[in-house]
Amino acid sequence: MGILTKKDLKLITDPLADNNPITVQVLGICSALAVTAQLKASIVMAISVMFVLAAGNVVISSMRNIIPPKIRIIVQLVIAATLVIIVDQVLKAYSYNLSKQLSVFVGLIITNCIIMGRFEAFALANTPWKSFLDGIGNAAGYGIILVIVAFFRELLGSGSVLGFKVLGNPIEKTGVYAYGYENNGFMLLAPMALITLGVIIWVQRSRNSSLIEEN
Amino acid sequence: MGLKEKLHNIKEKGKDKKWLSAFSAFHTFLYTPNETTHSGGHIKGADDLKRTMTAVIIPLIPILIFAMFNVGYQQHIAIHGYQANMGFFSGEFWNLDNFLLGATKLIPLLLVSYVVGLGIEVFFATINNHEVEEGYFVTGMLIPLIVPVDTPLWMLTVAIVFGVVIGKEVFGGTGMNILNPALTIRAFLFFAYPTWMSGDKVWIAGAVERSKEILAGAHLDAFSGETILGGLAGGKHLAYSVTDMFYGFIPGSVGETSTLLILLGGIYLIYTKIGSWRIMLSAVIGALTMGLIFNSVVNEGWIVEGSKFYTLMNTPFWEHLIIGGFAFGVVFMATDPVTASQTNRGKWIYGFLIGFISIMIRVFNPAYPEGVMLAILLMNVFSPTIDHYVIASNIKKRLKRLKPKTVYNVKEYRK
Repeated sequence: MGILTKKDLKLITDPLADNNPITVQVLGICSALAVTAQLKASIVMAISVMFVLAAGNVVISSMRNIIPPKIRIIVQLVIAATLVIIVDQVLKAYSYNLSKQLSVFVGLIITNCIIMGRFEAFALANTPWKSFLDGIGNAAGYGIILVIVAFFRELLGSGSVLGFKVLGNPIEKTGVYAYGYENNGFMLLAPMALITLGVIIWVQRSRNSSLIEEN
Repeated sequence: MGLKEKLHNIKEKGKDKKWLSAFSAFHTFLYTPNETTHSGGHIKGADDLKRTMTAVIIPLIPILIFAMFNVGYQQHIAIHGYQANMGFFSGEFWNLDNFLLGATKLIPLLLVSYVVGLGIEVFFATINNHEVEEGYFVTGMLIPLIVPVDTPLWMLTVAIVFGVVIGKEVFGGTGMNILNPALTIRAFLFFAYPTWMSGDKVWIAGAVERSKEILAGAHLDAFSGETILGGLAGGKHLAYSVTDMFYGFIPGSVGETSTLLILLGGIYLIYTKIGSWRIMLSAVIGALTMGLIFNSVVNEGWIVEGSKFYTLMNTPFWEHLIIGGFAFGVVFMATDPVTASQTNRGKWIYGFLIGFISIMIRVFNPAYPEGVMLAILLMNVFSPTIDHYVIASNIKKRLKRLKPKTVYNVKEYRK
């Protein structure tokens, strides 16, 4: 497997499905609801979280022996905040519109439970390389769910994918709109994001019975 | 061998088969099941779920028939101009043309509602291996009555799939749902496709079609009709007399226009003890209270003519009962035994708040003139909480009642 041992690989693949941070651990729901009205914003969000989580995990992990346990949360916050500010500045510099669209949610990555959770639960107890893989894996698991939710919300809510009007033009009535189809405005509201997420969890659990808790 | 025997035999053979639940759902329409319980005490009641549900459908049938006439009548007057005050038995209203036009509009809605909804019910019953529950019979009847007549069938289908699966089946089916399924479906339509659920085009059959034809260049007169609430929210009065509003010769969601028939339905539900009179009465009291508050605010001169809420606030408090879906919602939706409060005192609170909040939403939020839907859904969510506190306060009261007596008795005993 080259540089990745089987154990390392598991660090990446586990959070994608069976230990997904959103659908199994139910963390990071707020941002999953807030930014998923459009696919583009969700992808950018997923990449931002991946950068913050992977880099943060490496930093925390390499400092893990010198961080005093009593103030470790503050240290983690400072590191997360620093990385988030970097992401925010890069977005503002290179893609101002998108940064406006994501508005406070980039800043709120700091409070994303997944970030603090992985710092606390994994990076503080593992080597930098493993922590890096764990960060990539968890952020990817977060990103996959974000992209799935956003795909359905954008397709059904705005009739487009990544901004391309795949279903036709709703104003000129081309494509499926010619047959009386209309966009579902409810998909653009936050409750529908929660319901979409719930349906994903439902599908996942019905396919994998080991996830279902015993009564 | 008679039909009855044959059907029972099929059931015996089909034990442990997947299709049995679907089969027995239709079987029990014809005959009562021949299984009996062999042990334990029995209470025999004729009012099982199927009878209860049928009893709610009975008052809905006259409303549906009235709605068929009204759909035709509304289109008729939209094309030919407004007809003034007429008696309840006028020939202008009760004629075959009106009925046929209404029937061609409403029967597809009804069919889609039942086929899609029952299809989902049977599907879930089959995969979960339990009996098909009868809860959908009423929901399926209510749905065509609470939507605008021109709702496209595919939209209705999407909404029903959503409402039945997310609103009911995920919680465990009939009896386990938190929200009233029919209102969940209407709320979904309302938020998903607002242009089809409000405005002045959707309440009269064919108005949307007609405006499209005109856009395409046909030489026709456009017609449109606003509901009274829509008009009031927009700050203008619509010229309908009180008797018209009471009889129901007004545009609106299909089945909610005739307060008279809804009132009779309500009396029937109370008489058969299926609907709770506490909820109905307290909701009316709640609505009147809120209406009176608004009226007195206007009388005090705090809201002047021309300001945003004036027209709706100035509507006489009792008129709120006969316009919009208030009466229908209170009689047929708020009293849903699954989602309403269960305790008697809880029912008073639950009903009062439904009336109170629905008029409040009506007046303060012109974008949602139909407040009763949102008020009932809101109170559905809160009804377990209300019950919890009613029960807790009962326990407290009884403990208090218990305490002095015990002490007293102890003293007596010591003597």
